[in-house]
Amino acid sequence: MSIDIDTARKVAHLARIRVPEDHLPELAQELSSILTFMEQLNEVDVEGVEPMTSVTPMRLKRRVDEVTDGGYPEKILKNAPDAREGFFAVPKVVE
Amino acid sequence: MSLNKLTIADARDALKKGDVTAVELTESCLSEIEGAGALNAYVHKTPEIALEQAKAADARIKSGDAPAMCGIPLGIKDLFATKGVATQAASNILDGFKPEYESTVTQNLWDAGAVMLGKLSMDEFAMGSSNETACYGPAVNPWKIDDRKLTPGGSSGGSAAAVAADLCLAATGTDTGGSIRQPAAFTGIVGIKPTYGRVSRWGVVAFASSLDQAGPMTKSVRDAAIMLGTMCSHDPKDSTSADIPVPDFEAALTGDIRGKKIGIPKEYRIEGMPAEIQKLWDDGIAMMKDAGAEIVDISLPHTKYALPAYYVVAPAEASSNLARYDGVRYGHRAKLAAGEGIVDMYEKTRAEGFGPEVQRRVMIGTYVLSAGFYDAYYNRARKVRALIKRDFEQVFAQGIDSILTPATPSAAFGLGEMDGADPVEMYMQDVFTVTVNLAGLPGVSVPCGLDSKGLPLGLQLIGRPWEEGDLLNHAHVLEQAAGFAAKPEKWW
Repeated sequence: MSIDIDTARKVAHLARIRVPEDHLPELAQELSSILTFMEQLNEVDVEGVEPMTSVTPMRLKRRVDEVTDGGYPEKILKNAPDAREGFFAVPKVVE
Repeated sequence: MSLNKLTIADARDALKKGDVTAVELTESCLSEIEGAGALNAYVHKTPEIALEQAKAADARIKSGDAPAMCGIPLGIKDLFATKGVATQAASNILDGFKPEYESTVTQNLWDAGAVMLGKLSMDEFAMGSSNETACYGPAVNPWKIDDRKLTPGGSSGGSAAAVAADLCLAATGTDTGGSIRQPAAFTGIVGIKPTYGRVSRWGVVAFASSLDQAGPMTKSVRDAAIMLGTMCSHDPKDSTSADIPVPDFEAALTGDIRGKKIGIPKEYRIEGMPAEIQKLWDDGIAMMKDAGAEIVDISLPHTKYALPAYYVVAPAEASSNLARYDGVRYGHRAKLAAGEGIVDMYEKTRAEGFGPEVQRRVMIGTYVLSAGFYDAYYNRARKVRALIKRDFEQVFAQGIDSILTPATPSAAFGLGEMDGADPVEMYMQDVFTVTVNLAGLPGVSVPCGLDSKGLPLGLQLIGRPWEEGDLLNHAHVLEQAAGFAAKPEKWW
């Protein structure tokens, strides 16, 4: 499967990474070469094989559904590029 | 001998006897770090914290209540969250980030009295095999044979360089596809990736959550056993952390492997393998045989598909994990022009913050998870992963105790030498190590010799799940038999 420039543009947008138009041909080529490498997987007979979902078979632990942490908004906001009045501040989202 | 050159085991014994203090050990490392700027291994130094911790360690040793790691000066990979200390995963997108919390692994080390010298360079978000994707510029291998600067490997390249150059007694590393074992092999040190779930991932910046494990990078197998024991714990904050007891790994180092079965997988004899790597492997096989082990030829038929499966699974998980870097909660945010909205903020922030290799992997991951391709790539890769794991389960069921392979397909290469190469060529660095992550097994790299140019080479031993003690005992036997004692000549 080779990736064309339109697909590269779409993938970049889905990944929320801005790629200038003049870099798209190179990106498409790089992604294509990686995907070609992955296509070796098509040689493997995977009929009836369950996809691996957990590295070590284990049951996830359960706990009581209660608040165990929190109450320190100043710590949560400390590394924010823009925090105001106890909130993360971002550009306008809704027109 | 300068104190910074000590192993953990020797330092522990000297501290206990009162021959040295933790402050002396720490000062020795700090002064060595000051003179080693050319290696670019430490990217955030913490001398004040180190001396404070060393003083506390000395008091604790005096009181008689001192665990093995008490007073041992360590370097910490930039991937571990350290409270109040820059934690950047070698990425510009985490510029200025100082966590309000400590990773479980580093907390375990500090609770045992260990000393933090600073944070060590690595490939950005642990994506790379040469330390060249670091936002700080590459760390440099202390081993040098001509006027070229060599890579210390990656992603834990700063850790490997620091341990090999005696800029600490040991360091933490993390390993998603070989990131502890390959740099250990390139620098002539020991590195172990434990069984998936043995070490908590909490507070370790996530790359590919089903593959990531932390482990020690040390000057000897004994040191790896000591430090691994302190790093491991059951941690309720990591849902995949195993709730099983942590054995005394050092006690497992009996030096006796008589009657143990060591598997030699035929699929690891890859095309174009350098004669020197082949010879190193053959020598290692002979050493294990001389030590009384039984050598068994085995087959792991899906080995060839490990790298392509890895390069679907790891970027898929990375694209999801790295979605959190959006310029809202921490790190870098791009400056916006008038009228630009929140999507512009995300896209510009991530374009400025992520380097080219991280961008490439996030986009590949996004593509293989996108509608219409999920089954063809991601689900197929997860099925192949199940087959790779089954290969190992079958040989272990036949009674194999450990598997011996080369650690890397080559010795350390020059910085910049792979610049023009296809990204896939760099991915080949992980060809012998990546199967271990896919199957969740423990694997250790042991320095076993020098190539004809004088650069270190390592062999890898792969163990049964949860049998790190037995695996380290095999590694200890190999280490003793190989008798690797070479050190890089100081040029920095």
